[in-house]
Amino acid sequence: MAYSDKVLDHYENPRNVGTLDKNDPNVGTGMVGAPACGDVMKLMIKVNDDGIIEDAKFKTYGCGSAIASSSLVTEWLKGKTIDEAYAIKNSAIAEELALPPVKIHCSVLAEDAIKAAVADIKAKKQLLVDSE
Amino acid sequence: MSLNYYQLFYLQPLFNIALKTLETNYRQIQSEAHPDRFVTATATEKLASMQLATLANEAYQTLKNPASRAKYLLELHGINAINESNTSMPTDFLMQQMQWRETLEDASMAHDISTLEALLSEMQAEAKSLQADLSLWFDERKDYANACETTRKLIFIDKVCADIQQAIDLLD
Repeated sequence: MAYSDKVLDHYENPRNVGTLDKNDPNVGTGMVGAPACGDVMKLMIKVNDDGIIEDAKFKTYGCGSAIASSSLVTEWLKGKTIDEAYAIKNSAIAEELALPPVKIHCSVLAEDAIKAAVADIKAKKQLLVDSE
Repeated sequence: MSLNYYQLFYLQPLFNIALKTLETNYRQIQSEAHPDRFVTATATEKLASMQLATLANEAYQTLKNPASRAKYLLELHGINAINESNTSMPTDFLMQQMQWRETLEDASMAHDISTLEALLSEMQAEAKSLQADLSLWFDERKDYANACETTRKLIFIDKVCADIQQAIDLLD
């Protein structure tokens, strides 16, 4: 199956691969996985006090589409509020990368990773508020 | 009425099955449905025997492998283990997946076959332990939610095993 140019570009030059300090109170982590193809995706976001995402990193083990989807969302996330990030839909990712139907689940994985990372940072910050 | 894979081989719909019975009953069907026996048969009979042979083959492959058997057994209970909209897995399991994947990547790059082989035996031990869990959830407790989660884990582990094997083959 042929990948689109955008998928190939992200696959060959993935943006923002790596990790952030998981112990940083401003860093949220989202881990998701898809048993159908054994993909694992870790997305980390660094959020400032205004709720803006300053940095995003990912690490994905999976096919080209899964890597491209996570690479793309790290680009999209920077500068967004966590609420805007939470609203990102897999269909937008799939459309941007021109994913074929059999690879739509890769964009679902990326959307769920964002949601998990946002939930994690919200829980972390909530805990901080509670303990103050 | 069409038979499910278990019924086809006279097996109880359980996770723990007698692989010998599966094998024997599969061979039996294959020999009964063999094209040589249908040389003088009608077109309809030929078609029916071919369909039976195909079904038996598919059923045998599905039930022989523990992960696909578990997945099939869940389907019989109306559960799709690999539903694409379900991407949540226990975090500690995913963390471990990441670690295994990193070890695999590093060892492949370093052409380190002994680390790959050690990782493979670790994975195989993990798969065995998940299979033991599956017979508990499916056969003893009838707890299909836990059976589903364990099945998902086993599918992951099998994928890692296949990828490690492939990495070893490339280096050999």
